Amino acid sequence: MAQPLRVLHVLNQFFAGLGGEEHANLPPALFRGARGPGKLLQQLEPDIEVVATVATGDNYVAEHLQQAADEVVALVAAEIGEGAFDLVIAGPAFGAGRYGMACGTLCLALGRRFDVPVVTALHEDNPAVDTFRRELTIVPASADVMGMRGTLMRVAQVAVRLGVGEALDATNAPVLSRGLRRNRFAQRTGAERAIEMLLRKVAGEGVVTEYPMPKFERVPPAAPIAAAARATIALVTSGGIVPRGNPDHIESASASRYGRYSIAGLDALSAATHQSVHGGYDPSYANADPNRVLPLDAARALEREGRIGKLFDSYFATVGNATAVRRAQRFGEEIAATLVNEGVQAVIFTST
Amino acid sequence: MVKELERAGLPTAHVCSIITISKTVGANRIVPSVAIPHPLGDPRRTPEAEFALRKRLLERALEALQTAVSGQQVFETDIG
Repeated sequence: MAQPLRVLHVLNQFFAGLGGEEHANLPPALFRGARGPGKLLQQLEPDIEVVATVATGDNYVAEHLQQAADEVVALVAAEIGEGAFDLVIAGPAFGAGRYGMACGTLCLALGRRFDVPVVTALHEDNPAVDTFRRELTIVPASADVMGMRGTLMRVAQVAVRLGVGEALDATNAPVLSRGLRRNRFAQRTGAERAIEMLLRKVAGEGVVTEYPMPKFERVPPAAPIAAAARATIALVTSGGIVPRGNPDHIESASASRYGRYSIAGLDALSAATHQSVHGGYDPSYANADPNRVLPLDAARALEREGRIGKLFDSYFATVGNATAVRRAQRFGEEIAATLVNEGVQAVIFTST
Repeated sequence: MVKELERAGLPTAHVCSIITISKTVGANRIVPSVAIPHPLGDPRRTPEAEFALRKRLLERALEALQTAVSGQQVFETDIG
């Protein structure tokens, strides 16, 4: 490279050498040249020159994300100005949550204002990954600072390629998938490609899937209830059973909400009172008898027989049809908090 | 959603038709049901037989809620 790649480096107060947790409230400060990891970055990749370093306190940014982003942009505009750097690198922030959020927020703000490529490095479990992965190029970082050198080598490689205008994604560079799907034309049909893949697999050769399945984390099982006969039990469904007319306008696909509906004094659901708004299965059976999805009639029978202590007097419903996992997680968290708060001990969850 | 309920300490029986999805997503107490459009029913049966079937599935769900599990466990029901 004839000209070195001029980098603006974003760090937190700790990695910038300004102090630890006691200085986490530091407002943005700008320094000429490289600090901390920026120095190692320059050693690892001589084509990179860190022209300036922005340092911000972890708490300062986390507590005023937008304000801090505006201040950093103003500071860089005033002290360095347009056209003085080619690329922004933030971090690595490893698994640090506040620092990760700062890296993501400041990358986006600086990239937009100065129209330069931006890259950060985060560990996959950093909560900022979910927030920013769609919008940002994120290099996978080690879990902690022990992996600084290896992480910076990947950052340098990605930065140099971004600097010459290459389009990078998880298929051609060490960066996290943005979760985007790109259409392309294949010469051979899916059936042919699948057979070929199978033959390679049988022959013990490496096989790379065309569509990796999402990975779901596991939750340790909750302790059982001692006796259903003495417990308050709630019904929850992702099968889209709502009062007729769908008062909360729950969408038939990609639901953005759930509903809470009273069943106090109600012995059974019926076609006259309830319906299915789920768009992912033939709703005629559920519309004819909604108890087939939300089994209120049988649950009431068990309550009368004393085998369920008490059926919680509301049920919760949403539509589980192409519903984003993150959203479903939020529904689950909110419903769980409500149920725990209102004395429910166990849940029967029905899905279609 | 099932996982978030269990995470909050509420044992949750997931009554569902597609066991593989429930397993992949990570439910811990899984009760296989009848069919996707009528998980707790069967329109081919008489209303009485259908109600009895639904009650049996719920009884199995109650057993799941009263069972200590160490990981994912499937609670099959003989639904005839």
